[in-house]
Amino acid sequence: MLHVKNLHTSVEGKPILQGIDLKVSAGEVHAIMGPNGSGKSTLAHVLAGREGYDVTEGTVTYKGEDLLSLAPEERAREGVFLAFQYPVEVPGVSNKLFLKTAVNAIRKHRGEEPLDAYEFLTKLRSILADLDMEEKLVSRELNTGFSGGEKKRNEILQMALLEPSLAVMDETDSGLDIDALRAVADGVNKMRAHDRAFVVVTHYQRLLEYVVPDVVHVLMEGRIVRSGGHELAIELEERGYDWLREESN
Amino acid sequence: MSSSTETIQKIADQAYSAGFVTDIESEQLPPGLNEDTVRFISAKKKEPEWLLKWRLDAYGKWLEMTEPTWAHVRYPAIDYQDIIYFSAPKSNADGPKSLDEVDPELLATYEKLGIPLHERAALAGVAVDAVFDSVSVATTFKERLSDAGVIFCSFSEAVTDHPELVKKYLGSVVPVTDNYFAALNSAVFSDGSFVYIPKGVRCPMELSTYFRINAAKTGQFERTLIIAEEGSHVSYLEGCTAPMRDENQLHAAIVELVAFDNAEIKYSTVQNWYPGDAEGKGGIYNFVTKRGKCAGHHSKISWTQVETGSAITWKYPSCILLGDHSVGEFYSVALSNNMQQADTGTKMIHIGKNTRSTIISKGIAAGKGIQTYRGLVKVMKSAEGARNYTQCDSLLLGDECRADTVPYVEIRNNTAQLEHEASTSKISDDQLFYLTQRGIDPEDAVHLIINGFCKAVFKELPMEFAVEAQKLLEVSLEGAVG
Repeated sequence: MLHVKNLHTSVEGKPILQGIDLKVSAGEVHAIMGPNGSGKSTLAHVLAGREGYDVTEGTVTYKGEDLLSLAPEERAREGVFLAFQYPVEVPGVSNKLFLKTAVNAIRKHRGEEPLDAYEFLTKLRSILADLDMEEKLVSRELNTGFSGGEKKRNEILQMALLEPSLAVMDETDSGLDIDALRAVADGVNKMRAHDRAFVVVTHYQRLLEYVVPDVVHVLMEGRIVRSGGHELAIELEERGYDWLREESN
Repeated sequence: MSSSTETIQKIADQAYSAGFVTDIESEQLPPGLNEDTVRFISAKKKEPEWLLKWRLDAYGKWLEMTEPTWAHVRYPAIDYQDIIYFSAPKSNADGPKSLDEVDPELLATYEKLGIPLHERAALAGVAVDAVFDSVSVATTFKERLSDAGVIFCSFSEAVTDHPELVKKYLGSVVPVTDNYFAALNSAVFSDGSFVYIPKGVRCPMELSTYFRINAAKTGQFERTLIIAEEGSHVSYLEGCTAPMRDENQLHAAIVELVAFDNAEIKYSTVQNWYPGDAEGKGGIYNFVTKRGKCAGHHSKISWTQVETGSAITWKYPSCILLGDHSVGEFYSVALSNNMQQADTGTKMIHIGKNTRSTIISKGIAAGKGIQTYRGLVKVMKSAEGARNYTQCDSLLLGDECRADTVPYVEIRNNTAQLEHEASTSKISDDQLFYLTQRGIDPEDAVHLIINGFCKAVFKELPMEFAVEAQKLLEVSLEGAVG
């Protein structure tokens, strides 16, 4: 599904990612862990096509295509979804209208008829019920005045509606209380499927207690310094990152 | 250039779709203004002596006045002798008696603008008065309205058929000497719309006037007068377009509203005069005086405007809150793209006790557009318990435009409560990335964000026009979003 080869990226001339190699297959959940400033969020943004991140070396292949040549909206339509660490407030825009516009933009790309208001609402309601979310959330203005937990839940709702092939989750667990964390994790687990992959970027192990990863990678100073199974995450939780830093030096 | 600026620039440059010219024979005065011009217009309309006198008096006053220069707009001096003050389709010489007599060419023009005048095809629930250059060419649904006791006709007809009402209220809200353009209009106004809603009547349909400037070099000077008697209610909408021409054309209108006890007037404008081309050539100078008087207690006047057209906009729809507990509202979206300049806002004059006013202004500047909100909130000594809420937001699209907010406040009663909020923002790259990351086209993303910005105003428009306004905004921004 996703193949990152020797990826180097700089932001405003400053190198951040310095040779990332990552291979994610359909059906897998990969966790990317690492201390602050190690380049985790940069990786997430580069995959989604955020402007301002210059790829200086390396390639990213997604479903056999060159991902880096696509605009953000094209990546989204091809099934790449980024759950934002800081979902953006868009005042005055109804969440529902936004969701419908996004769903229909992706359907159009797939050559499907757009959903009309009724069909969309039916789909939306069934997903809200699945996720145990209140309809109130979608009647409000997009992320505007949402609590941290509401914003993250709204990201999960979008993910469920847009049914991506590759979901990149950028510190989705940050700033969540335990209930919100469980709700977010439940949402992700419900979406795990043989034809869908997840890249879960996180600073702490706690999300991974609920969303058990197949592979854990540790990112430090722009490089993956260690990969392993779920037990690696648990070890990090106990010992912190410093021992790995010493080892990798 | 960031991706948002590029998309924004692209959206802002779309063609003006109402820019065609109707080929129709007109009866025109030669350009120029003197006492004879005023006499000609008055004679043409077979006006009573008092009205001619009123006009001549206004003309005399106008001669002594000077053009205002305080607005934040720049334009070459207007040559008032180079303007045609009267132009009417020839076929309309004596005014059509019914819709069947209206020149098919005119009907086709309005059809093309999306305003079918045949009642069968007309917008359901909307009666239209169509003003073409200097005269009203058709008014729909007149009979149905008169069954309800509502008078809706051209200003000229009102002068003939309801002289007592015209005489009583003409100039009662906007005095002849109010300002330079008001004095000019009072001297040479040619037509417009007249509305009278009798006591206790809720007008059964939306009323609307559609203004069209067609002839070259012609100025349009119309007057609208709306009187809402005790306990009545009316919602009124005006729309405006003009052909694309290289020279500037002047539109100097007056709108006067009077609301008595418990009456409500909702006045909405979708202004799409030709804005000129991308280099600033041509376009309408829209210098308009609009004012409503809440004469009665618990009366309410609400102005909603969507201003996307005109090379220059100079207008301040205002409310005089005379009656106790009366309410004034002003909701505005104004857009300046390319070389457009808009200096617009409102005046809320609190005189009665416990009067309330709300001002929501959304200014959007793109290209090299200049956008100024200018507003006055004045609380007189008599206005115990007056309250005002003002919110002025500006959205800048691109790096070459500017937006200013100039609020004036005058308080002479210390029980007044005023709130003022203002903001200036840009469409952020974060917002654009967020929306495009969900598969939404960058242009659609910008439209979503702009519509969100304007939502507080759009929701005040009558339903059918809210959609229209949204589309108009998108079209007017074509090319501004990149």
